Amino acid sequence: MSIYKEITLNGIWKQNPGVVQLLGLCPTLAVTTSVVNGVSLGLATVLVMAAANGAISPVRKYVPNEIRVPVFILVIAALVTVIDLSINAFAHPLHKVLGIFIPLIVVNCIVLARVESFAAKNAPIPSILDGFMMGIGLTLVLALLSGMREVIGKGTLFSGLDLVFGPSAKQFVLTVIPDYHGFLLAVLPPGAFLGLGMLIAARNWIDIRNKAKDSTHEGHTTEAEFHPALNT
Amino acid sequence: MSDTLIKHALKTASTLTAFALVGTAILAYIFLITRAPIEASEAEARLALFSQILPHDVYDNDLLKTELVIPPNQLLGNRTPSKANIATLGNEPVGVILEAIAHDGYAGDIKLLIAIRADGSVSGVRVLTHKETPGLGDYIEIERDDWITQFNNESLMKTAAKDWAVVKDGGKFEYMAGATITPRAIVKAVAKALQFFNDNKPQLLEKKPAEKVLQGKDKR
Repeated sequence: MSIYKEITLNGIWKQNPGVVQLLGLCPTLAVTTSVVNGVSLGLATVLVMAAANGAISPVRKYVPNEIRVPVFILVIAALVTVIDLSINAFAHPLHKVLGIFIPLIVVNCIVLARVESFAAKNAPIPSILDGFMMGIGLTLVLALLSGMREVIGKGTLFSGLDLVFGPSAKQFVLTVIPDYHGFLLAVLPPGAFLGLGMLIAARNWIDIRNKAKDSTHEGHTTEAEFHPALNT
Repeated sequence: MSDTLIKHALKTASTLTAFALVGTAILAYIFLITRAPIEASEAEARLALFSQILPHDVYDNDLLKTELVIPPNQLLGNRTPSKANIATLGNEPVGVILEAIAHDGYAGDIKLLIAIRADGSVSGVRVLTHKETPGLGDYIEIERDDWITQFNNESLMKTAAKDWAVVKDGGKFEYMAGATITPRAIVKAVAKALQFFNDNKPQLLEKKPAEKVLQGKDKR
């Protein structure tokens, strides 16, 4: 398997930051009240991660081991601020929705984790791809989770799309369940935990089933690499 | 031994400094080039909000240019100076847009924008920011419910002081079951803002808004 294919597979499935590494919990739980919020923040994270990995990898040999964490944090914080200012300047309504969560990408452990564990040891191109794919993996989880929460909690899909694409996008808002009064639990934080739990269970179930199929052909068992959840 | 240690420390420190300098330079540059667009979109967003609560045909001035600074005032609930925008039609003041803050919401402050006509009646109210419970207390947002429009055309003359309360407390304003604290806070804030307007009407609606000091009954 080529390295690029493996990086892609790791980001989206094997090492998915949302449901395997459990390293992106802060935004995963906080902004997934609607699909638009979840996906927007996910894409902002993709940008930050690809840029952070791309910025660290070329200078990795010049950063002394003792100060690598401060340097990484500095680079990530600067990039997040740049993206925060840019969104504020060029997509102001979106900035109003995501508000506090964009600066919080800094404390999203997954960004530092990928910089530390991948970009600090690999060449720039694979690093950028790793950051990008990890971000996409997280975005997929955010999209699924926010979709579940929005439909169950509010009975709609894509509400708030007009904040991103202007008022004309309002027609794309789907009312999945008409005359729905909402199920508050899904929108509140506990709903996020329950939904995430279900997603993790579903992913593990698919993984185990696939492995059972594989082991009939050959005996290689790569235990899904679980990382303890050390998150903010 | 200590020599190499110092050398090493110096090298580490200078690397960190270099990164900090480059980072700061990039940030300063981005800040400079995004400042104008951010200010422009903030002004645009503000004007868009203004147009929701004060129809375009009642005034003909640039609202952002006739701005008053109101010192901290208990009736408006602002603890730092806030803004008031005066609307005029043919140089005659026709209304004012006030910012008010309700501190007694269910979760944190509720920031309101209230447009008041020269006769002391409400032209419109909007919630700027709030932290009320999603799905319960957030019907105060115009995007979710038209609850906030029941303040339109209200005034202290039209509605007696004792009726400035939610129905549950014997007043005349509707609320939704499950969240009473939120509407209670907003009703109170709107009434107090109207009181502020009545108290300061001469200063607010003077013809040259630039040079005046607002008294306000600050009871603190």
